[in-house]
Amino acid sequence: MKKSILLGTLTAAGLVAGAATAGTLDDVKARGTLNCGVVTGLAGFGAPDTNGEWQGFDVSLCRAVAAAIFGDPTAVTFVPTTGKTRFTALASGEIDMLARNTTWTFSRDVDLKFEFVGVNYYDGQGFMVPKALGVSSAKELDGATVCIQTGTTTELNLADFFRANNISYEPVPIETNAEAQQQYLAGACDVYTTDASGLAATRATFEAPGDHVLLPEIISKEPLGPLVRHGDAEWGDVVRWTLNALITAEELGVTSANVADLSAGTENPEVNRLLGTEGNLGEMIGLEPDWAKKAIMAGGNYGEVFEKNIGENTPIGLARGLNAQWTEGGLIYSPPFR
Amino acid sequence: MSGTHAHTAAFVRTSEIPPSLPPQNEGGVGRWMRENLFSGPINSILTLIALFFVIRLLIFVVPWIYSGVWTADSLSGCRAVLEGARGACFSVLTDRWHQLLFGSAYPHDATFLSFMTGVPVEDLRFTSGVRENTNFFQEFFFGYWRPVLAFILLFVAIAPILYQDLPRKMMIFTGLYPFVAFWFVWGGSIWLPITLLIGLGLAYMLYSNLAKQSFFMGVLAFLGVVIILFLNPITMVFGLLDFLRDLIAAMGWERGDNSMMLADRFQGAASIFPLNAHVVEFLSSIIPIELQSVASRDIGGFMLNMILGTVCVSLSLPLGIALALGRQSNLPVIKWVCVVFIEFIRGVPLITLLFVANVVLAYFLPPGTNFDLILRVIIMITLFAAAYIAEVIRGGLAALPRGQYEAADSLGLDYAQSMRLIILPQALKISIPGIVNVAVGLFKDTTLVSIISMYDLIGLIRGPVLASTDWNGVYWELFSFAALLFFVICYGISQYSQWLERKLQTGHR
Amino acid sequence: MTTTTDPQPASFRLSMLLNDTRYRSYTFQFIALIVLILFMSSLGMNLVTNLAEQGVPFSFDYLGSPAGYDINQRPIDYNNQDTHLRASIVGVMNTLIVAVLGCVTATFLGVIAGVLRLSNNWLIAKLMAVYVEAFRNVPVLIWILVIFFIMTAALPSPSAFRGDDPASSMLFNSIAFTNRGVYIPWVQFENGFDSILVVPPVFADTYSISFLGLFNINMSLWLVIITLLCGIYMAVKVAGFIQQNYGRAFALLPGFVRLAVYLAVALGPAIIVYAILLSANGAESERSLRFSLSINFVVMLVVFLLSLYVSRLIRDWAIAKQQITGDLPATWHMRIAVIILPTALTLFWLGAYLDYPALRGFNFSGGLTIRGSLIALWLALAVYTGAFIAENVRAGIQAISQGQTEAAGSLGLRPNRIMNLVVLPQALRVIIPPLISQYLNLTKNSSLAIAVGYMDVTGTLGGITLNQTGKAIESVLLLMIFYLTISLSISLFMNIYNNSVKLKER
Repeated sequence: MKKSILLGTLTAAGLVAGAATAGTLDDVKARGTLNCGVVTGLAGFGAPDTNGEWQGFDVSLCRAVAAAIFGDPTAVTFVPTTGKTRFTALASGEIDMLARNTTWTFSRDVDLKFEFVGVNYYDGQGFMVPKALGVSSAKELDGATVCIQTGTTTELNLADFFRANNISYEPVPIETNAEAQQQYLAGACDVYTTDASGLAATRATFEAPGDHVLLPEIISKEPLGPLVRHGDAEWGDVVRWTLNALITAEELGVTSANVADLSAGTENPEVNRLLGTEGNLGEMIGLEPDWAKKAIMAGGNYGEVFEKNIGENTPIGLARGLNAQWTEGGLIYSPPFR
Repeated sequence: MSGTHAHTAAFVRTSEIPPSLPPQNEGGVGRWMRENLFSGPINSILTLIALFFVIRLLIFVVPWIYSGVWTADSLSGCRAVLEGARGACFSVLTDRWHQLLFGSAYPHDATFLSFMTGVPVEDLRFTSGVRENTNFFQEFFFGYWRPVLAFILLFVAIAPILYQDLPRKMMIFTGLYPFVAFWFVWGGSIWLPITLLIGLGLAYMLYSNLAKQSFFMGVLAFLGVVIILFLNPITMVFGLLDFLRDLIAAMGWERGDNSMMLADRFQGAASIFPLNAHVVEFLSSIIPIELQSVASRDIGGFMLNMILGTVCVSLSLPLGIALALGRQSNLPVIKWVCVVFIEFIRGVPLITLLFVANVVLAYFLPPGTNFDLILRVIIMITLFAAAYIAEVIRGGLAALPRGQYEAADSLGLDYAQSMRLIILPQALKISIPGIVNVAVGLFKDTTLVSIISMYDLIGLIRGPVLASTDWNGVYWELFSFAALLFFVICYGISQYSQWLERKLQTGHR
Repeated sequence: MTTTTDPQPASFRLSMLLNDTRYRSYTFQFIALIVLILFMSSLGMNLVTNLAEQGVPFSFDYLGSPAGYDINQRPIDYNNQDTHLRASIVGVMNTLIVAVLGCVTATFLGVIAGVLRLSNNWLIAKLMAVYVEAFRNVPVLIWILVIFFIMTAALPSPSAFRGDDPASSMLFNSIAFTNRGVYIPWVQFENGFDSILVVPPVFADTYSISFLGLFNINMSLWLVIITLLCGIYMAVKVAGFIQQNYGRAFALLPGFVRLAVYLAVALGPAIIVYAILLSANGAESERSLRFSLSINFVVMLVVFLLSLYVSRLIRDWAIAKQQITGDLPATWHMRIAVIILPTALTLFWLGAYLDYPALRGFNFSGGLTIRGSLIALWLALAVYTGAFIAENVRAGIQAISQGQTEAAGSLGLRPNRIMNLVVLPQALRVIIPPLISQYLNLTKNSSLAIAVGYMDVTGTLGGITLNQTGKAIESVLLLMIFYLTISLSISLFMNIYNNSVKLKER
């Protein structure tokens, strides 16, 4: 089509990509890599390491989807996005999916025309204060100066919380987590607020983590999840069920270590359906029969991904909490593979 | 007479007295200090205050740098080494220098490195910026030889432009350099730059033959060759037809039932274009010479600033000249288009243009087209720089005496000839210092791409490096490093500009 | 009999469009115009198609919905239930504040550094050279971040002022320097007037024309804007006319009367059209545009301006007297009294007192707060731009011929006076044009405010509003229009000034 006017040599040079005529899944398959929008850098959730390899909780989901489609977890082009650019990047087709700790809200789903395909982390906005301040509840923060990381739903939640409790505050918007942390440590703000997971991760890197406390209030619901464009249900299904496959795998005890053995066939019919030895779920979704197996092999099941990137043995040190399986009192729950 | 005089005089000195030393307090350090530092009460006070602050600053900074830690593997490692003392944590630079310079994921040429150092590839285990059995210089020159070589060659390429005394033959390399550098940095098949070069060469030959008769025929021929070789004429024509039809439909005329686009119908015929791609494919299958191909997403760090700076400045020069000439033109349509464009671009901050590149441009492109972000940013920065360069050149054009234009006219030269042969060479020469200033400013402004999520030097520091659990909290070292890199390049360029200004200065004061 | 006649003009042939210089220019312009129109309309078509495909209409309606976020520096009253429009206005005012402060400070720094760089004190000259080179050669973004870091690291936090034996104390017991900002005492009025809340009315019903079903063009609004532009154009013309014909008589009128005449010509038509449209369409109060008018401030301003005017009258009288008698009567004491006394009396009448900042709760309160983000940005922009201005000043001074300095020296002037009376006034003509572009650059660079968390218009409209509503095209468009307006106005005003100080050549 008209796009080809601009193609030609530039395509050969790899600078222009034509896309989005057929469904996203076909485009991705034709292209050979998955374009996945991620955060520009957030410890534990997504950042390139010293070798330039992307690591993190959200990144693992991109890798799992790539593995489900191509069988190759490295067939991903990571596109770093900021709070400002993420939605346009997705809407314009620059990225196929966005896995960038994005809160599922009504207006983003309905008004901005995106489809949230699930929740991979249940978060909530919390507060961190220096112990020396002697504050034990967020309601005692009347008149406090609050550092907020801008470009997220955090600002709106904060405004709502202080308004609802009829107390005043002074917002100090900061662009990146690193700068907010510098401001907070220098005492330029009394409180630092962002997602509770981010607070824990930030506190872990302090020189003296014990001098700071997280307040008990969690002032918002922040279901973070991957999202795709509205109107391409097949592609939405691929991402949704890849996430569900990882969750189900943990529930059923399928790990990256035993998935190879289990895929030989087991007594449990759901495991068999999941791993493609029984039924034709793969065909229904337009992928290979063993797509879920490849996705699990990419980085392990949901629990493994959690433990490896943000779990209690990592510097981030997050407990499972709400993100435990529903069988263990958490909210992580996948519809059945049937 | 003189003889008597000689005899009557008691003493005549035949040799000159050796100059005696100045009085004690009129020479040496003392005099210099009195003249330059303590020439009056106010100056003395100023000097003392200045000295006080300089010494305070040095006392603060020097120990911090001196006791810096270079070998720890994380910030907590640095803190452990320092044991509470003040000191810099330069380890972040030794750990991440390759990312800060070349981007977070620029491929490392392990084969070449092991060839040059004699260490087997499998022993080159990666721990941080420097491997266990190599050193920094081996890593820098052999592991990243492609961007480093491109960088070094850049100086060879721009030398004949900067120094008019160098042999003019060197300009040939300047012409080749973009293709060489493209191949080194982006990699891929060598045939792509070579065919591009040959195609452009053909087009230029055709142009220079035709331009003798008619400049505009020459330009048309040049564009024609470029389109046939590198672009897709069939889709361009049908795309234009489709577009016109859409336009008419949008203006109110009903469109027939033929919902099929013409361009789609002729997709088969169109697929023989671009010819260049097929040639490259064919040649690569016979003689495969290629470097590992690098996606432009993986290019970053200071290299990205350098690439954006050099590419945008060199692209914006011709555009800026065209805009400046357009603004001087006496054709009202052309003039006003140029005026509006220049004033618009100069009136808005670069950051809004980058927002356009990142979040808005996608809406203005045909549905389904997707430019690489780096290309979109290059387009926007080029337009930005072109507007500023156009103003500088306009100044140069205005500074030329009216007589030069008239002389060109009286020789019977047409517009293109008089500009090319008489006006522009002189105007550009006057404008060089201004252009260099714009170039420095532009190079510094390339750091703004970090705000639209590109991993340039600043983007890398504020993004992955400071976000990693290892280096969360190392600000001063990283930003000082960035400032130092920019300072070295920009100061170099501005010194050159001043030298040139002195050289070109023919007036007297 | 035959007469020689001019050769008949050749009849028009099609090839003349390309070969004849008379017609060729039209051909080119026509082609250029067609290409331009095609290009623009292709962009427009793509926009229409893309927006229709995504189902997101192009509209500015989002500006009317509640913003939901807070802004710390509010020159006008704002809370998170106000609209995005109001948040944008707050951002615009913040941009203007930092731009004005920055320009003034940068000029100050630049002139000092530029003059000192030519000082014969070696150390000072070298230090200034280091300052200029260090700031000119490092990106402004890095400087903004570094200055922000230095500020937060070097200044104490408010908690350092707490306790019986605080680590820091306030300067003169009235000014507190903290890393959240500087708190200074500020004037308050004990028995002053209440402020008046002004809510400008807007048209309830708008005649809008839909363009391709995407753009709604509000005709009434455009009518007002066009009349306003026409009014400004007329005012410029009227000024020229008066200057030409009645220049001498007009100059006798006091300055504010002259200004009022121009303002009436410029704004009058727009106000009339606005009023007509209001009564025709029905008015509706627009809360987003509300502002409170401080009567105390207005009273102070009027008193001050009047006393300035009286002081000027006294000066005119003195000069007139000098013309007649040759003696200049000493009037400085009268003039100072005329300025100070009424102002002081008004202050007393209004019950003015200084409100000192004090540590209450987490923060200082009372007085005037200059936030850290403002100071950091202000300082960074001023110091950065100051380095460029210093270079312009130096170049300007060096452009003045050495003979001028020598001539002034031979008249017996001292170096300071040579600089002030001879060199600088002449150098100013060389300095001003580049100074204008430095002011423009500073204003444009203020869009990097978000790096220090200063909520300028890029931070509100182009930042949080854009993020929360996803209206990228509209927000970026408004942002560009804003900056364009600012830039064009600055260059307009500075060009007028430049023309007025230009060397009058005869």
